[in-house]
Amino acid sequence: MRVDGYGRIDRGREIRFSFDGKGFRGHPGDTLASALLANGVTLMGRSFKYHRPRGPLTAGPEEPNALVEIGTGASRTPNTRATVQEIHEGLVATSQNRLGPLDMDLMAVNDLLHPFLGAGFYYKTFMWPRAFWEKLYEPVIRRAAGLGRLSGEHDTGRYEKAFAFCDLLVIGAGPAGLMAALTAARGGLDVILADETAEPGGRLLSESEKIDGAPASDWVAATLVELRDAGVRIMPRTTVTGAYDGGVYGALERVGLHLPEAPDMPRECFWRITAQRAILAAGALERPIAFPMNDRPGIMMASAVRTYLHRYGVAPGQKVALFATNDDAHRTATDLIAAGIDVAAVVDPREDVTTAGEYRLIRGEIVDTAGRRALREITVRANGGETRIEADCLAVSGGWNPNVHLTCHLGARPVWNDRLEAFLPAKGAVPGLIPAGAAAGQYTTAACLSSGRDAAIDALSQLGRKAPKLAIPVADDRAGTSRALWQVTGHGRAWLDFANDVTTKDVKLAAAENYASVEHMKRYTTQGMAPDQGKNSNISALAVLADATGRTIAETGTTTYRPPFTPVSLGAIGAGARGKGFAPERLTTSHDASLDRGAPIVATGLWYRPSYFPRSGETTWREACDREVGMVRTCVGVADVSTLGKIDIQGKDAAAFLDFVYTNTFSTLKPGRVRYGLMLREDGHVMDDGTTACLAENHYLMTTTTAAAGQVMAHLDFVSQCLRPDLDVRFISVTEQWAQFAVAGPQAAALIGTVLDDAPELPFMGCAAVSVMGVPGRLFRISFSGEEGYEIAVPARYGAGLFRDLVGRAETMGGGAYGMEALNVLRIEKGFITHAEIDGRVTAGDLGMGKMVSAKKDCIGKTASERPGLADPARPALVGLRPANGNDPIPAGAHLYDEGDAPTRVNKKGHVTSTCYSATLKTHMALAFLVNGHDRLGERVRVKDHLRGADLICEITDPVVFDPDGGRMRG
Amino acid sequence: MRVPCPLCGDRDLREFTPRGAAVLLDRPAPDADAATWNDYIHLRDNPAGASEELWYHGGGCGAWIVVSRDTVTHAISATKLAAEARDAG
Repeated sequence: MRVDGYGRIDRGREIRFSFDGKGFRGHPGDTLASALLANGVTLMGRSFKYHRPRGPLTAGPEEPNALVEIGTGASRTPNTRATVQEIHEGLVATSQNRLGPLDMDLMAVNDLLHPFLGAGFYYKTFMWPRAFWEKLYEPVIRRAAGLGRLSGEHDTGRYEKAFAFCDLLVIGAGPAGLMAALTAARGGLDVILADETAEPGGRLLSESEKIDGAPASDWVAATLVELRDAGVRIMPRTTVTGAYDGGVYGALERVGLHLPEAPDMPRECFWRITAQRAILAAGALERPIAFPMNDRPGIMMASAVRTYLHRYGVAPGQKVALFATNDDAHRTATDLIAAGIDVAAVVDPREDVTTAGEYRLIRGEIVDTAGRRALREITVRANGGETRIEADCLAVSGGWNPNVHLTCHLGARPVWNDRLEAFLPAKGAVPGLIPAGAAAGQYTTAACLSSGRDAAIDALSQLGRKAPKLAIPVADDRAGTSRALWQVTGHGRAWLDFANDVTTKDVKLAAAENYASVEHMKRYTTQGMAPDQGKNSNISALAVLADATGRTIAETGTTTYRPPFTPVSLGAIGAGARGKGFAPERLTTSHDASLDRGAPIVATGLWYRPSYFPRSGETTWREACDREVGMVRTCVGVADVSTLGKIDIQGKDAAAFLDFVYTNTFSTLKPGRVRYGLMLREDGHVMDDGTTACLAENHYLMTTTTAAAGQVMAHLDFVSQCLRPDLDVRFISVTEQWAQFAVAGPQAAALIGTVLDDAPELPFMGCAAVSVMGVPGRLFRISFSGEEGYEIAVPARYGAGLFRDLVGRAETMGGGAYGMEALNVLRIEKGFITHAEIDGRVTAGDLGMGKMVSAKKDCIGKTASERPGLADPARPALVGLRPANGNDPIPAGAHLYDEGDAPTRVNKKGHVTSTCYSATLKTHMALAFLVNGHDRLGERVRVKDHLRGADLICEITDPVVFDPDGGRMRG
Repeated sequence: MRVPCPLCGDRDLREFTPRGAAVLLDRPAPDADAATWNDYIHLRDNPAGASEELWYHGGGCGAWIVVSRDTVTHAISATKLAAEARDAG
């Protein structure tokens, strides 16, 4: 029910929304919870385990009960707090965790079974038979207990990430935060002020307070104007969710969740804010009291009742009772009376308490409540008797828990304060983070204001700035008294954790079963593990545990506070990193030309390369691949090899540098020549291979494999900067700058000749600068196919044109483009290696390249490569395989065994690394590593693939089976 | 977390890759004994507290830097270019 003259909502405008299919009206400024309460709806959800009817307990982000699903279809978001979600035109909200309508939930039968469903119930009950765990127990339990449903569809909503930097981040815009921001801004700091609600002001907008004699909201408005004028970045709807190393804070901004969906509107934005200093003015959360049957709709925190009244103009009940242990909460009664709402009674257990207004005060405790779907009456125990009092709303206050969460995110534990009976932030818990206001145990408005100013002055002085002259406004400074009351004993269940249905009985049971550590109790009872992460229950639960185990609260301690403070959707935290954002696409210059020719594209790392180029009549990839292989062997083929890493190396010590990173010698390489090189890691295993061309004196171009391009670049940087800074050498990656195409086959020279202005006579392993139809380019005579081969390079902007031109010319000659499949077959036929072979565990010797490790010089990995274990001739060595009987495919990854041995792990003699059908030799073949392989050529070995079931006998061959003396590529 | 690159200034942690203890700078002579090489390649202290580590600014300028860092608090007290750290001994 609305209360005239109250609230900060815009009553001039109406918003239509729906809850469980029924239409409602609210006003701009309403949350879903406030709008529903205004419409007389208190039942908003069902509890996790017992399916008990629940209404909102709070008016903020800590809400454990009023969790709903928002939206429909792919954008449906479960477990949304109705106390945070603002209404907008067309908002669709649905209650969750129910079977049937919310007011007739069939699963409520669980509530009758509660004597059997206590802590540890699952562990004790669903143990046998084991086969039922996944098939029966888990699905049934998951259906019976739980929260909202995921849409099951891909989330199409937009999320963003952003970075911000400032001198001072102020977390929370209540009295302490506003005063801190004001002081810091006047002191000249660059300030960000983040507040989780739609309207900054904190409790100043939730109370009937005065500042400097005027309504507190006037001071808030004036302060915000000054802050904006001073350039302070005010971020409403932004929750600072975590404190991280080095003054970095994570923050979630609800950008578009309060507005109707629009295509370009981000739902949320995840901020990473780097701040020199930060002030934690996050306030405190009111502490519930665990009294019997304290979970009925209509029972809520006293501060929430005041928030609904003052912020939203809503009376959560017609006849309100209050159960409080502190003077502060009594203003709930006086505020309600001032608003014309009937206050049934104020129940306070303190013997010395006096009234603060015209209401019925009972010095006692609430021991029971009644009302099936909403609170109807409370039972008060006082003076040895029990009295029933009618009430449709009960405001509860057990004191305050400062929001110390962020101060604990780097591992610090909060410190128990006996006087305040609360945990306070530890000193220096997070470097650069200064707690202020209620978060630091300063509860009155006057104390918050001065604490905010002092924190800002502290920050200013730490940053070497002078404090500005600033008077503290006059505000309420009556602290009152308070007494902690954790639980009230009685007959019914007393809830601690509303969201996970954990009662005081569960905590006592955990203690009795020796789950006495707070961390064990948490896991045994699931207390604090719901979406609210125990914001309402942690402190009370550990107090109950302390009582049950005979320890003090300080001795019992808290569980670990971890980020995020409130739930952060994965969409927001991973914004920009979905799909192509996670794995960016690297496209070659020939990509469109490949697509035009109908080539299927495969991902190789981040690169996308053509698999094969199908022609009409070809129905399988093998047909195209076989044709392309034959084309290269008999005519000419063109392939884009731009994805290989290219590193331009220059300097007077460039040759010495290459000698140090490669196993073989490069200082003897003359300009115009290319050499194959092998690179080791310092532990003696092969890192990468490739060719390096000497373009001119002291100028080299290194190529790396596509897979290891980044690793090799980092390695060269490491060697140059960390090991050999004495060498005068500079290098840079030019992979993206050059498009490079392999032209291979008996007709390669003829094809190359047609595009060069003046074709040089290149010997095998020669290189030259060339002019490609007027464009300066480079020509290398190197071969990864075993045929006479060239690689022609032009600046990347000419790549697309040159590729189309080369392929067109090749086609008129009877050749054409070839893709990754054919490229792979061609190299396996020749025994050329890729990272399928160089898997990080092989040595030069394993590859048959032991002689490439020069004895005349040092190089990275040389000493380690000589260790007995790495030089052992019995290590698995690279061999070729060919099926002995028939023509069965050899599965890659299959294991090798001696004939007659059982195919078990202990008998394993090696494995298959690469495999293909050789169109040239008309047989399947493979490369493999085999123990003593070099000595077993001509013998037979069993190939067994346990996963795919293949089992065949292969003949062991030399890895180079086609043109072993290399006559074809030398020409 | 921010890492002060000697060339670029304070940069986001994610631009860097850690490589481990800065003892990698002290590569033994090729003919040093097996124990020395084993120590260099494989054996590392696991300090709780002050540590000297090599980090690579691969998402930035490509500098290898020596980061003086407390492994307990994650506080970085100093960074310098690896080449200069070697010169300084």
